[in-house]
Amino acid sequence: MAEAGTVDTHDAPAHDAEHGHHEQSFLSKYIFSTDHKIIAMQYMFTGIVMALIGGYMSYAFRMQLAFPGESVPGYGVVSQGEYNSLVTNHGTIMIFWVAMPMLIAAFGNYLIPLMIGADDMVFPRINRLSYQIFLISAIILIVSFFVPGGGFGGAWTSYPPLSANAEYNLTPYGATFWLVAVALEFVAFLLGGINFITTLMNSRAPGMRMHDIPMVLWMIIIASILFMASVGPLIAGAVMLFMDQVVGTGFFDPDRGGDPVLWQHLFWFFGHPEVYVVLLPAMGIVAEIICTFARKKLFNYKLILYTAFATGIISFFVWAHHQFVAGIDPRMANVFTITTLIISIPIAEMLFLYIATLYGGSIRLTTPMLWALSFIAEFLIGGITGIFLGASGSDIYFHDTYFVLAHFHYTFFPIAIIGFFAGITYWFPKMFGRMMNDSLGKIHFWGTIIAFNFIFIPLFILGAAGQHRRIYNFQNFPDLAGMQDLRVIATSALLVMLVFQAIFLFNFVYSLFKGKPAGKNPWKANTLEWTADSPPPHGNWPELPNCYRGPYEYSVPGREDDYWPQDVPPDTAPAE
Amino acid sequence: MTQGIYDFIKSIFAPLGEYLIGSAVPVGSSFAGDIDALIALVAVFVGFWALLAYAAFFFLIFRFRARDGQRAQYVTGEEKDLKRWITYPHAAIILCDLVIVFMAIMVWYNIKQRLPEADSTVRIVAQQWAWNFVHPGPDNELDTDDDINTFNELHVQEGTTYHYELISKDVLHDFSVPVFRLKQDAIPGRVMKGWFRPTKAGAYDIQCAEMCGIGHGIMGARIIVETPEEHAAWMSQGSAGKLASR
Amino acid sequence: MSTMTRPIATTRSATGIPTGKLAVWWVIGSEIVIFGGLLASYVMFRLGHPEWAEYASHTNTWFGGANTFVLLTSSLFAVLAHHAAEHGDGKTAAKWLLGTCAGGLVFLCIKAVEWTGEIQHGYTITANGFWSFYYTAAGIHALHVIAGCIIMLIIAKQAWKGQELQRVELIGIYWHFVDIVWIFLFPLLYIAK
Repeated sequence: MAEAGTVDTHDAPAHDAEHGHHEQSFLSKYIFSTDHKIIAMQYMFTGIVMALIGGYMSYAFRMQLAFPGESVPGYGVVSQGEYNSLVTNHGTIMIFWVAMPMLIAAFGNYLIPLMIGADDMVFPRINRLSYQIFLISAIILIVSFFVPGGGFGGAWTSYPPLSANAEYNLTPYGATFWLVAVALEFVAFLLGGINFITTLMNSRAPGMRMHDIPMVLWMIIIASILFMASVGPLIAGAVMLFMDQVVGTGFFDPDRGGDPVLWQHLFWFFGHPEVYVVLLPAMGIVAEIICTFARKKLFNYKLILYTAFATGIISFFVWAHHQFVAGIDPRMANVFTITTLIISIPIAEMLFLYIATLYGGSIRLTTPMLWALSFIAEFLIGGITGIFLGASGSDIYFHDTYFVLAHFHYTFFPIAIIGFFAGITYWFPKMFGRMMNDSLGKIHFWGTIIAFNFIFIPLFILGAAGQHRRIYNFQNFPDLAGMQDLRVIATSALLVMLVFQAIFLFNFVYSLFKGKPAGKNPWKANTLEWTADSPPPHGNWPELPNCYRGPYEYSVPGREDDYWPQDVPPDTAPAE
Repeated sequence: MTQGIYDFIKSIFAPLGEYLIGSAVPVGSSFAGDIDALIALVAVFVGFWALLAYAAFFFLIFRFRARDGQRAQYVTGEEKDLKRWITYPHAAIILCDLVIVFMAIMVWYNIKQRLPEADSTVRIVAQQWAWNFVHPGPDNELDTDDDINTFNELHVQEGTTYHYELISKDVLHDFSVPVFRLKQDAIPGRVMKGWFRPTKAGAYDIQCAEMCGIGHGIMGARIIVETPEEHAAWMSQGSAGKLASR
Repeated sequence: MSTMTRPIATTRSATGIPTGKLAVWWVIGSEIVIFGGLLASYVMFRLGHPEWAEYASHTNTWFGGANTFVLLTSSLFAVLAHHAAEHGDGKTAAKWLLGTCAGGLVFLCIKAVEWTGEIQHGYTITANGFWSFYYTAAGIHALHVIAGCIIMLIIAKQAWKGQELQRVELIGIYWHFVDIVWIFLFPLLYIAK
């Protein structure tokens, strides 16, 4: 890597020392690096490790639900308290330590400088600091399982007074560790987000106008802004909850004039935009892949951008649909029903535009394309089932049932898991310079997707039959005890899905060393990252590229090639 | 007028609602049928659009699969004749949204926002991890000597409109009766009021639907809906012996 | 910073706004929502609990007023430091920055005296909801003052050597923000009785 990075020939002041680098030690090259690509890898590998931990947790509690009380191989007997802390931390990990680092931090860090034709982020050391804080937060969360009392078990929403008072939750240290870990993770992503936004605003290649920015970067930036604008109240709330736990104040304690519902407002004011914070980057990744493998321009780039902005803005006005039956003023529910159904409009439009992008294309079903298309197919189910929950009347019945659970897994699984697989199979050649094995990739794809549907369709049925969430053994409820077959199907499908992930891990490691060399632009794509070496050296290009056109100029009539890279000057023939 | 429109739309979707939800969970309260009909309506509306989207999606993938010597078309998506394929369905979706909003708000108003005249009132006290129920007893008034206190078992009479006063002693809980399609959080320090009218005799589950600590998974109770005769018999026995069942 | 070189990315400015300044504004944007959430929660509580007005009457407006004056004065010093830095006069800028820092220090000392007295009277953080907010909100603000002072000392040291003079303005923007937060806290915690 160091050899490939030639000395920069640019005449920009004060940066030759950094780029004409010498042999770096392993530590400074991979652990304390300020290079955006290395930081992206750090986020990605931490995210994969956390995803394995979160997956292991789901294995333990799903086994308990399918075979209540029996010892789970590789875990042991799941007690009530352990069950609660497993579901709590499964949710927390999958959202804050998997979806966020994989989609925003890993792809954001990797792609932003490469796609705008810059050599790095604008603040490389703040970028490194952001990862280090993130890593510490992950370690604190993992440590929280092993402190006296065990891990926090009060659900990922952490409603007080349960979360505020050790007398109630019985996890005096677990609850505080959980809270501190989440708050530190927020700080890490605030620092990262400032870096992302500033980099995209200021460091674009000469000639790159607003509408020449690849959609995935827009989505990551909108997501970062959403995160920044929504997380503040929850950080304030986290400070208050921390004071309640540790100092003994009563912000959320009704006996001392506090208000437990306030936390719910602060949490969901962040919690709902957070869905779009992780959704939008995944949508962006899908947009890049669909355009490349359909050899098509994105269908109405501007309209997609506007729908993303609209979604982001409206997402600040829907939070109380999580609280319809939580004791808010019943008249408020009507307002939030309306806003929630309004937000379905831009999202539906965005999905339609994605589907329309396929029109007139020349579609090749490569592994990344399969993932991208399955994102649309699966997310559609997540989207439409949300209408049942956004409509206050039907939410009275569905609130906190497995219907809700299945609904948000149909949104978060496409986002975090399908989005990640789409992105990694697409950009793997760029990241590591080698192709992934396509046959293994397709086996992994079909196994994962089919198993996924077999996990959650039974859970939709169970939810419609009135089964509530976070209950460690349904045999305690006479009306629910009879539907055990569905629970066993869901758990079996989960086991199948987890086994199929071994194929991915094998393919990943195998291709890392034995994959076919990729070359600069294996997919014949337009965006700037494909003009750099694979993998790009420190500094990315010997000479930073200029930008001459939009990112999706595929199949332009009158041109011999069906792609037209952004960095090729207009008069000359495309470089090949 | 609005009620008339509501009743008309409800009557169309009620049979499907009965099939979708009612077949799995008995229709146990006066408003359960409304919620089932609303669920059916949403299912039909979103199901229609989802099927249409899937049809378009898979058709396009098949129709425009890569073939030798055939290039993709250059389309920006701003052409009027193409864009209308997005805008027309989109306008239709907004119309569907309006119907859903109307029906949802009507159902919500009926169940949560208004409080019809009650025949009787029960008090529900949630705590970690059990339900205590206070029945008004023969004089039909709470906080009198003949109140009947029970533990994890609520006795109500079929066809009677009840108000409930929901209280929590410690953390958040949620009083959920799936057969009634009823759910309400209990918040310490507040008294949550609402209503239900059981319509079908039988014994059904009460579940706690809000994470409330280690024992959340065992925090169930039974609601016994009785015919007037059964209920009277239970009440005379209860107020005489002050029994606390289970 | 002189030991490490910047990427070209940092030197670009597609918006016309220097990168450092852009970032400081985004930092302030994210801080505004944090304080916004805290103060909005406080205002909701005040509206719902009229009895808090009585608790608030035990705060000392004179201390709060004096601190407002101190912070405003230190903000003026920050402006003067920026002015000097614009003219390339690093040494004067550093001196004004030290003055700003001293203002922050005086602010913290007054706070310490004030809090000691209040705690001795039994108005501790756990006394009731008002005092919980009083110490939490002012405490988070005080942490910002301390952080600002530390960063300011580092920048003053660089400015003294004539390095990174653009940073004098950036810390000034941040300091004004800290000042403005106090301008919100002062009436909400002290004057509204």
